[in-house]
Amino acid sequence: MLELLSLTAGYDRRAPVVRDVTLTLAPGEAVGLLGPSGCGKSTLARVAALLHRPDSGRVVIDGEPARGYRHRAPRAQRTAFGVVFQQPRQSADPRLRLADLIAEPLRATGRPEGAADKAAETADTVGLGSDLLGRRPHEVSDGQLQRACLARALILRPRYLVCDEMTAMLDASTTAALVGVVEEYRRETGAALLAVGHDRVLLDRWCDRTVEWSELGSRHDGLATAKPPAEQSPSVR
Amino acid sequence: MADLALPTAPGRVARTARTWKLRISATLVAGFVLAVLLVPPLVGLDEQAVDLGAKLLPPSLDHPFGTDDVGRDLLLRCVYGLRVSLLVGVVAALVATVLGTAVGAAAGALGGWTDRLVMRCVDAFSSVPHLLLGIFIVALFRPGVWPVVVSVGLTHWVSTARIVRAEILSLRARPYIDAAVSGGASRLRLARRHLIPGVLPQAGLAAVLMIPHAIWHESALSFLGLGLPTHQASLGTLVQSARGTLLAGDWWPTLFPGLFIIVPTLAIAGLAGAWRERLNPRRRSELML
Repeated sequence: MLELLSLTAGYDRRAPVVRDVTLTLAPGEAVGLLGPSGCGKSTLARVAALLHRPDSGRVVIDGEPARGYRHRAPRAQRTAFGVVFQQPRQSADPRLRLADLIAEPLRATGRPEGAADKAAETADTVGLGSDLLGRRPHEVSDGQLQRACLARALILRPRYLVCDEMTAMLDASTTAALVGVVEEYRRETGAALLAVGHDRVLLDRWCDRTVEWSELGSRHDGLATAKPPAEQSPSVR
Repeated sequence: MADLALPTAPGRVARTARTWKLRISATLVAGFVLAVLLVPPLVGLDEQAVDLGAKLLPPSLDHPFGTDDVGRDLLLRCVYGLRVSLLVGVVAALVATVLGTAVGAAAGALGGWTDRLVMRCVDAFSSVPHLLLGIFIVALFRPGVWPVVVSVGLTHWVSTARIVRAEILSLRARPYIDAAVSGGASRLRLARRHLIPGVLPQAGLAAVLMIPHAIWHESALSFLGLGLPTHQASLGTLVQSARGTLLAGDWWPTLFPGLFIIVPTLAIAGLAGAWRERLNPRRRSELML
């Protein structure tokens, strides 16, 4: 069970994007989070995956409170989440071949033996042909790259999947294929899913329940339209 | 009919000029590097050989650059001098780049208090004029090649550190770093696998841009009598020892070593400039690469 309790988060303490949000994912449950762009749902997804420290509130994973965020989170807690982002181009290190991209979490967690085989196997389950594994991100299409990113998220067998607008850049058939892969994985492992998006039809069909951002107790005042921190580097020195 | 003439594609003239600049720079750099690598082992002449019977001869077929005040051949001494100066320049640039990359990467990758502390130290360091600091460092040692390398290397890492830090901060905000954190990567692995390889092109460019600067510093230190010992040919010592003869009307001992400082360093800078334009995406689309 994943509990997000009274989370307030953002990139500027005076203007948080996520305000006092509480959301619970039951074991194996698929929850769709629906909201307009810029409302803070991606920020909430990053907090849920322990990638962004909230200003206040707690994340509780299977009864155990998160002991930190990003590198401060113990590796076991961090890797309990598989994260897929909206833009595959931005989420893939341009220097890595797809095989290495997918195998990277295995190597990073100290399990390099058999990583290449495991990566090829996982690539196969997401429908990525083995001929593509030797290519670099700029040599494959968005859809193929997103399949690789999904494979990377699944390779550590996470208990929770966080898909932040995973299919927003993709056509309908690739969307259906990727959703199918996620569902297959969930059937197999019983993993829970937090799917963020603004496509109601997709989320309604994909998830057990769909939550509107505005229902989450977030007092959205229209001013808090901060982007994720891509452009917000600390002061230039 | 002038109004019917086809307009030249915008930027084409500039592009052609850049291509020629690159070709000329590359040819010059290749020529100088070959000269300093091949001449000493192949020619086998002693650049220190004194011939008092042939002192201060103007340029001629026997001595294309003339001879200096003790009759040493200036062409040979220029090549040997460039050899020493290039060695100093390349090694000092490497020292500065490795140091700068390490400091910048540490500040950028660790962030928070470490970043603030390191960058304030960098500010403090760069507030000291670097030629003065360089003079202070060479003055601690006996004259020689290595003190000059250390002096230039230790005073020129600051700009590289700033470039690398800024680049790392921009890389850190990319989602693939989030993905790596979520995949369990430690800080060290994040730096080694994703951040450092991402800044290497910028650091490499900074290193090449540093070479001419380092050569000028070597020349300046040697000219001031603080760098290399005067008998050892380097571009700085050559210009320094020619000072006395210039006012007597003997222009060649100053002119040729001077050209040997200016031409190779400008050529290296031209190469680095072409590289920088390739790294710059706006330029890249303009060049249609």
